[in-house]
Amino acid sequence: MPLALLKYGIQRKYKGNRYFPAAKPLRSAYDVVIIGGGGHGLACAYYLARDWGISDVAVLEKGWLASGNTARNTAIIRSNYLTPEGALFYEESMRLWRSLAGELGINLMYSERGHLTLAHTDAAIRTSRWRAEVNQHLGIDSELVGRDELAKLCPELNLSEDIRYPVLGALYHPPGAIARHDAVAWGYARGAMQSGVEIHQQTEVTGIQSLDDGSIELETDRGSISAGQVVQAVAGMSSELARMVGIKLPIRSVPLQACVSEALKPFLDPIVVSGSLHIYVSQSARGELVMGGATDPYPLYSTRSTLDFTEGLMANMLELFPFLENAKVLRQWAGIADMTPDFSPVMGITPVSNYYIDAGWGTWGFKATPVCGSCMAELAATGKAPELIKPFELERFSRMEQVGERGAASVGH
Amino acid sequence: MSKFTTSRLPEPWGSVINRDHTISFRFEGKGYQGYEGDTLASALAANGVMLLSRSFKYHRPRGAFTFAGLDANSYVQVGDEPNVLADMLPISAGLSAMGQNYLGSLYRDHAVHAGRLSRFLPVGFYYRAFFRPKGIWPLWERFFRRAAGLGKINCNADEAYFDKQYLFADVAVIGGGPAGLSAALAAARAGANVLLIEEAATLGGSLNYARFQRHRRDVDSLRDSLIGQVEQNDNIRVLVGATCNGWFPDNWLALSRPNRLYKLRAKHVIACTGSVEQAMVFRNNDLPGVLPASGTQRLMRLYGICPGSRAVVATANAEGYDVVLDLLEAGISVQAVIDVNQSAASPELVEQVSTMGVAVHQACTVGEAIPRTGLRSITGVVINKLAESGEATGESWQLDCDLLVTSVGYAPLGQLVCHAGGELIYDDALNSFIVTNVPPDSGLAGSVNHRYALDAVLADGRTAGLDAARALGLNPEADSQIMPDSGAGGINHPYPIYPHRKGKDFVDFDEDQTVADLQNAVADGFEHPELAKRYSTVGMGPSQGRLSSLNALRIVQRVSGDHLAGASVTTQRPPFKPVSFGVLAGRSFEPERLTPMHRWHADNGAVFMPAGMWKRPAYYAGNKDRAATVAEQVAEEVAVIRGNVGVIDVSTLGGIEIRGPDAAEFLNRMYTFAYKKQPVGRARYLLMTDDTGGIVDDGVACRLDDEHFYITTTTTGSDTVYRNMLRRNAEWGLEIDALNVTSTYAGMNIAGPMSRQVMEKIESDMDFSKDAFPYLAVRQGTINGIPVIAMRVGFVGELGYELHVPWTQALAMWKKLIAVGAQFGIRPVGVEAQRVLRLEKGHIIIGQDTDSLTMPRDAALDWAVTSSKPYFIGKPAIGLSETRPQSRLLVGFRLLNSDGPVPEESHLVVRDDAIVGRVTSVAWSEALDEVIGLAYVAPEQAESGANFQIKVSQGLMVAAQTVQTPFYDPENLRQAL
Repeated sequence: MPLALLKYGIQRKYKGNRYFPAAKPLRSAYDVVIIGGGGHGLACAYYLARDWGISDVAVLEKGWLASGNTARNTAIIRSNYLTPEGALFYEESMRLWRSLAGELGINLMYSERGHLTLAHTDAAIRTSRWRAEVNQHLGIDSELVGRDELAKLCPELNLSEDIRYPVLGALYHPPGAIARHDAVAWGYARGAMQSGVEIHQQTEVTGIQSLDDGSIELETDRGSISAGQVVQAVAGMSSELARMVGIKLPIRSVPLQACVSEALKPFLDPIVVSGSLHIYVSQSARGELVMGGATDPYPLYSTRSTLDFTEGLMANMLELFPFLENAKVLRQWAGIADMTPDFSPVMGITPVSNYYIDAGWGTWGFKATPVCGSCMAELAATGKAPELIKPFELERFSRMEQVGERGAASVGH
Repeated sequence: MSKFTTSRLPEPWGSVINRDHTISFRFEGKGYQGYEGDTLASALAANGVMLLSRSFKYHRPRGAFTFAGLDANSYVQVGDEPNVLADMLPISAGLSAMGQNYLGSLYRDHAVHAGRLSRFLPVGFYYRAFFRPKGIWPLWERFFRRAAGLGKINCNADEAYFDKQYLFADVAVIGGGPAGLSAALAAARAGANVLLIEEAATLGGSLNYARFQRHRRDVDSLRDSLIGQVEQNDNIRVLVGATCNGWFPDNWLALSRPNRLYKLRAKHVIACTGSVEQAMVFRNNDLPGVLPASGTQRLMRLYGICPGSRAVVATANAEGYDVVLDLLEAGISVQAVIDVNQSAASPELVEQVSTMGVAVHQACTVGEAIPRTGLRSITGVVINKLAESGEATGESWQLDCDLLVTSVGYAPLGQLVCHAGGELIYDDALNSFIVTNVPPDSGLAGSVNHRYALDAVLADGRTAGLDAARALGLNPEADSQIMPDSGAGGINHPYPIYPHRKGKDFVDFDEDQTVADLQNAVADGFEHPELAKRYSTVGMGPSQGRLSSLNALRIVQRVSGDHLAGASVTTQRPPFKPVSFGVLAGRSFEPERLTPMHRWHADNGAVFMPAGMWKRPAYYAGNKDRAATVAEQVAEEVAVIRGNVGVIDVSTLGGIEIRGPDAAEFLNRMYTFAYKKQPVGRARYLLMTDDTGGIVDDGVACRLDDEHFYITTTTTGSDTVYRNMLRRNAEWGLEIDALNVTSTYAGMNIAGPMSRQVMEKIESDMDFSKDAFPYLAVRQGTINGIPVIAMRVGFVGELGYELHVPWTQALAMWKKLIAVGAQFGIRPVGVEAQRVLRLEKGHIIIGQDTDSLTMPRDAALDWAVTSSKPYFIGKPAIGLSETRPQSRLLVGFRLLNSDGPVPEESHLVVRDDAIVGRVTSVAWSEALDEVIGLAYVAPEQAESGANFQIKVSQGLMVAAQTVQTPFYDPENLRQAL
């Protein structure tokens, strides 16, 4: 029994361990306003306070804490990307992840389960080898494994040769991990608030204006706010928000759905991804299979679930794990993914001074939470983008300097 | 074994069981008997077994609660299938089931001690510990994973049969209770085609067990009459045993049975989904022996089971008094009625049961159920006097009983309506949720619409049915009547929650969450109901909050001081009940596309490889030992094309016909090259880029007429290209028509120096001579009586003809070529050889030699870009990129050291430890007698003769040299022969 729990058992009355102080009234001016109370925005607020001593910060969240894509993603963390820029960025994120639980004082259930990207075609083998080569060159633990090795890493997998798309091999990324997404947001929120950051839930930004003095005026449904700097971190609504301040983003927003099974006695150790079958699946510490698939084929801002999604996903799940036909889908949901042309995020300065953007996170945003938060905090504090995120600035699209990660996306889009 | 005894009540109790037919089954290895019509839970109850499973966190003994499949307490394992609802599973001969989630046995679960540690396991305890020191969590996690989950999956389970069926209806009525029966009849009588969907095996819903403050005989005859009318109505189809699990956009409903998914499109939907009785919260409220009123009535009326011998009934409404009458009628002793109201809602009912000898204690509550050792049943209850505030006082006494029935209200089963856009909002007058924002083309009736009095329920159903008929444009003769509903207001107690200082007062049975857990979640700062849910996990278990969200919201709002009125329940998501992967997957077929020559290939020893949805011959192994001879076979196939003649099945290439006055303009916009001046009867290369200027597809355009092109696409690109064409032209509005003819024409490429001789030997109205049919010419005619589009193109770099023939005649053509070509040594050739042949010519394969960022100039394809055109997809991006220095170039290469390691495709080109490119294609070329390949290199390395380094396995560096392409026949003389 860990000490941390013993004290709850012996105290007479529950003293609680309040994560968040009660909400304060919204003020009319802050040094920095972060729009979006998801993982990214909260992490940015936390690092602004911790690393730069800036705590006159408000995080505005139109729903409840981390109610957007932070709460909807399937919480997979990896760094086996295709471009050196991407791989190095996510690798730094994984370094931060490993010590994050202790730092935030909350169990993030960060679990390195190993990540397998299955290849069913020789084209997929080629892409897997490409990723493995780039990764190894950069010192990232990643390799192409054959069927024999795969049978050892994931004995439950259907490796039969007479299925529709037989598995030929896989890209294996041993540090690939899952984490408890809510805990990440709560940990950052608590850490930020302890340093004086204010988090305002149910506060929606309705208008943004850049003033001549360089400050930024925000209209919200609870009154207007003047901000020295603004960081936008609203995955799923990035284009709509940026439009308010006159920035047009090269983003196409499409629904991305996911689902969980009922809790089952754990049997699946690694995270398994198949690009050809449009699946990613892992089994959580609760025993639920967390499953996702391809993005929906049309742009939409609706998060209604569809039947096609679970029908298609389960057909493909049974290709890989035929014995799961009696397992049951418990719940399905959808988020909105902001897809960029090159499948890399957008971080950095914008044409509007003192307005910084953190967007274009498509289906890959959760894993970047720590590194992105830290880099965006540095940017907001210094006005200069750290090297790690320079390749991802918005201007790259007008300079044709894209960071092509389409080949490293988990599933087809 | 529990001392809790039950036995069957005499008929007419037990309306769904057939006492003439006994069935033997096993549970936990022990044999039992039940009757036909019994569920596993009812049959076990008849044998005195109420304990079915162990709870998720504390391993508490649990038995079925609702007896309607609405709680997860009745989860059992049946063979390979985990998490089966025992109260919905019909017993069958040979059925063998086990309990779930225990260590040891269901009756003696060693893990039950987890419950004793509960004070050390506060809400969200797993967030607070187990992560220090750094790196410790994986060790704890192993322990947690052992404890996690409920049912077991057998990783070697056999596969069963599942399928799907489409259904259509004017009106879908979900739920076959009184409201549903009444709605279906009203709509059907007005002329609508109605599908009535019921989850249970029989229609009737609450008419089968509830009293509605009447005599059961009257309810029985009403039920029989309604069901009789439904059965006789030709406009009504009835689907029983099917659960509506999702209500998706445009009235698209998912209905599941154990092995079948029905997908129903309805013009109008009426949700008559009823409501689910809520638990009263007090200490040990989760144990076997504590039942809700409706669960008790279902046990007695449906299955004829006597649920106990001495009962106490705790109630807040008239339904509780109904159960008292039921119990007395069944001869069960009722020790007392505990009425939690300050003054009874109906003095007449108090009077009625009092005169029957039952003591009624008003303004009292149950503070605690007293368990027998082992917690598998109860021996009594602690009754507390209530203060005027409604809270329990210390004044208490005990009553002996083996059955405690509670009746404190219902929550509407509005989950399906919420899938379709509805919302569940707390209403202060009803002390319950009401469904708002009912989606268009639908209606609600019955208790989901907060109607509880029987007359009001029936009238509500009828109104909804008539409304549906009117919405469909029918003119029902009858008028709807609104019936006043006296019952709705007094049914739900506002706060039937009586926390106990020692806890175990469960709000959520699935997740073992108690009152204190929720209070503490709020104390920890999780005030928003959604956050409280996520932090405490209340409502996240298999029953998805059906039995917990109402009480959870009451507690959270009370502790956080927020208003209950207007608060909405946490988001409801499909499915309504967990649905198996097998049912969703169905027959799990992934389309497989085969060319007309597929059987021939197989008969001739082809080894196939996947290409998108297609299967293509990789090579032909003949009768030889396959594995040993791959390289040899491929080399032979390469040699036959270089030396004699070979034929390749290219039917998988996409085919699209573009017709209309703007056909050439359309191609000009879709592709990078110029097509307006392309002569009729000529073929021209097609290169497509996307908006970012990246190469996405290529092919050949054949101009058959001024306004008619036949074009090819890559095998995997055809559907995307065609879809994009339609989408683009929806914007452009050019006068063209595009038609995907991929499966209209099959293609075969006959290539090699002797191919002309073969063609000239076959009867044809076409002239294959060099002058009449030069390189890049396109001709239409017949060969051997079969209509053909023939073109001279040179992917493999030899004299050759690509013949596109109608799908149905392709095999005949193929066989003819093989037969006539025999004397020239013709052979079928597979994709592997084709890859080598094209590499020798330096031709790229889209997707292999390009990636998403490859622009035409990077792949040395700038010759195929006409920048003088006003527009094509990708032109702005390509124009912009040309103002920037180039970062890489695709070049041909050879290895400097022919004895060293051979790079593989995707090995990196590295300079000064920086990645500058990669190998995209590599192969041994017999014709050149060396390894050749294509690679991206830095621009400075792209000059012919320049050297560069390739990093191969184990970090070894291999020196390569840039070579001008084509490697083979650099003057391109052979293809123009």
